[in-house]
Amino acid sequence: MSAPAPREAFVRFADVQKSYDGETLVVKNLDLEIDRGEFLTMLGPSGSGKTTCLMMLAGFETATYGDIFLDGRSINNVAPHRRDIGMVFQNYALFPHMTVHENLAFPLEVRKLGKAEVEERVARALDMVELTGFGSRRPAQLSGGQQQRVAVARALVFEPKLVLMDEPLGALDKQLREQMQFEIRHIHERLGVTVVYVTHDQGEALTMSDRIAVFNDGVIQQISTPEGLYERPENVFVAQFIGENNRLLGTVAERNGDLCSVTVEGGLVQALAVSCGGRGEATILSLRPERVTVAPEAGSCPNVFDAVVEELIYLGDHVRSRLRLLGDEEFIVKVPNSGMHRPMHVGETVQVGWSAEDCRALDSPPSFPAAN
Amino acid sequence: MAAIAPGQLTTADGTPLKVSFARALRRSRLKALGLVLPLFAFLLITFLVPIGDMLFRSVENQLVGRVLHRTVAALADWDPASGELPGEPVFEALVADFVEGRENRTTGRVGVRLNYELGGMSSLFRKTGRRAKRIREAPYRAAMIAIDERWGNLDVWRLVKRESDAYTASYYLAAVDLRFTAEGSIARQEEERQIYLRLFGRTLWLSLIITTLCLLLGYPISYLMATLPVRTSNLLMIMVLLPFWTSLLVRTTCWIALLQQQGVINDLLVWTGLIGEDNRLSMIHNRTGTIIAMTHILLPFMVLPLYSVMKTIPPSYMRAARSLGANPFTAFVRVYMPNTAAGVGAGSILVFIIAIGYYITPALVGGTSGTLISNFIAHHMQVSLNWGLAAALGALLLAAVLALYVLYDKLVGIDNMRLG
Ligand SMILES: Nc1ncnc2c1ncn2[C@@H]1O[C@H](COP(=O)(O)OP(=O)(O)O)[C@@H](O)[C@H]1O
Ligand SMILES: [Mg+2]
Repeated sequence: MSAPAPREAFVRFADVQKSYDGETLVVKNLDLEIDRGEFLTMLGPSGSGKTTCLMMLAGFETATYGDIFLDGRSINNVAPHRRDIGMVFQNYALFPHMTVHENLAFPLEVRKLGKAEVEERVARALDMVELTGFGSRRPAQLSGGQQQRVAVARALVFEPKLVLMDEPLGALDKQLREQMQFEIRHIHERLGVTVVYVTHDQGEALTMSDRIAVFNDGVIQQISTPEGLYERPENVFVAQFIGENNRLLGTVAERNGDLCSVTVEGGLVQALAVSCGGRGEATILSLRPERVTVAPEAGSCPNVFDAVVEELIYLGDHVRSRLRLLGDEEFIVKVPNSGMHRPMHVGETVQVGWSAEDCRALDSPPSFPAAN
Repeated sequence: MAAIAPGQLTTADGTPLKVSFARALRRSRLKALGLVLPLFAFLLITFLVPIGDMLFRSVENQLVGRVLHRTVAALADWDPASGELPGEPVFEALVADFVEGRENRTTGRVGVRLNYELGGMSSLFRKTGRRAKRIREAPYRAAMIAIDERWGNLDVWRLVKRESDAYTASYYLAAVDLRFTAEGSIARQEEERQIYLRLFGRTLWLSLIITTLCLLLGYPISYLMATLPVRTSNLLMIMVLLPFWTSLLVRTTCWIALLQQQGVINDLLVWTGLIGEDNRLSMIHNRTGTIIAMTHILLPFMVLPLYSVMKTIPPSYMRAARSLGANPFTAFVRVYMPNTAAGVGAGSILVFIIAIGYYITPALVGGTSGTLISNFIAHHMQVSLNWGLAAALGALLLAAVLALYVLYDKLVGIDNMRLG
């Protein structure tokens, strides 16, 4: 395959800022490019500005500064109904006075499509979400999951190039949510439509997305694939927000290339220098619980420390153990239940170890609360 | 203690479970009853009983039969269609009734009652009442006719006979511009006495206009209040509710000051040269005055239900409609408006029902062309003292309101009505 020609992204936020009150910025200097056909998720805690970004893209809020481009065209001055963007709302926003069929036909009718074509497309959309036969029902007569599917079908029935979903699964119970995650993902793959998906549920983001943009406080902290985010968080917020994470506070003692040694309470830890400062700077070490080995073979890891077992929780496939080590009483280790491990007991001292690459030395933002 | 069947569930002290359950239930029912009893008694005394009394009065007609009881008994075998005057015994009974009635001062009231049906009856009864005691012996018929020759008129006797029943339909007939002919059949009222049907029509028509105006004025303001931030919308709400908080008389007087021929609005129009000095608009003491003042007064009754319904419509509906490709107008008409139907229905029916029974404002600013049916009900209660007719008109009004409710229930469903 020839190298792809440099081309304009399908959706582009160019230095977008948004303020609702003229005093605080809810979205700060947002730069984001979304490719055609991509499933991009905006992930972040509540209030981080995800919905605001989506609303600016859909046209219901105007950017205070900056431009938003859709397919190479600035859409700042395009009215929402001319943007041809499908949208799924958190509470579905199905029109309660219309039947399912009428709901689905609505976008086609306002586009003045012929009757036969409307019928055909509605039937196809109902079939896509496996609700054939439910056309004559009112939304109130459907279960939450069914309403959700109708909302998805309605956002897709007029074949938009871009679909926005704002926490569409938030109101569903866990099991249904997982099923719908799969279905939405499946529909996306089949139709090749570009999806911008908003959620505060990291599990949802990890399972569904091609790429994830992690928001905090109106700023994108990191954009990466799910794997990249989990394996290679670039700052403390991302490390903390995605998955479980042990944090150790320390000071950089020495940097050598990609690696560094960090002084923590009661020891010196070898770590991967990701975004830490130079010698003498404070840093936070981030370490996934499943990357810690209990009783490592001698010489297999650069970091080996004694730890006291504080608590053990049996979880079937693994044992979750809370250890006291290097001054941290909340150090979590997941020990796989593989039969290869000698059972631990509360109160005993064990050796744990990890490689330098798994332990990421990140910058220590001054505002960041001290580790517990 | 009742014998306990084996296997029956009992509480700890051995009472059957059913018994103690029923006891507990009875106690909570009594408590609930105690809570609503004062209100129930209040409603019974101040609302249900008066309505029942009104309905009763609209057909009640015992006065004639009670006061002229001898006459009525004697008339039993007189045939009104025979073309002959009743016989001597009837006149003898009549004299006796008049003598008794003079003592109790009741015959005059019978005269007033019969006067509703036939002019001159009141004076006939007063005159006869004064002179009847002088008649001591037969021939009674000749003596009565000598007092007043109207006693020789067949129509008078037919009327007495007809109205001697304990119940009458004549008030209702009068209320819809019908009457009994002298022969006892039902006919239309004479042209110049046909007022009530026209008045009912006018009442319904004006109420419809007022309701429509309230809807047209109230819908946008409610929409604004439902979509604006709370602080601003509260201010608007206060302004909408202001009519509630000012005395009805003050408000109405203000309208008079504004709308009269030498009033503020006319002065302004003349001053700006829009109308000439001698073409001042007459906007008060006529239909226009009634419409303007009542629209103002009833507007809150439209706004409150509309607002409460609009408040529950999530903004995401309109956004969804826009994102699906509908322009703002289409989105509003096809998505927003249908969802306000319950509020429109509730507000309209509320305003309409209050309007058709409204009394004070039309009385003050309505002149003659702007008065409503309730003003005539008041007239019959306070001036003409024809309570039976007032009650019949009131009952018809009540029936109209109930019919409206039924219609509304059929169209929208009472359950969907949301008042706030
Ligand atoms: N319409 C609005 N008016 C004023 N402030 C708003 C409005 N919508 C959102 N905000 C504020 O903007 C910030 C970001 O909100 P939002 O984009 O909804 O976050 P998220 O979707 O990530 O939870 C929040 O602090 C919120 O209070
Ligand atoms: Mg949100």
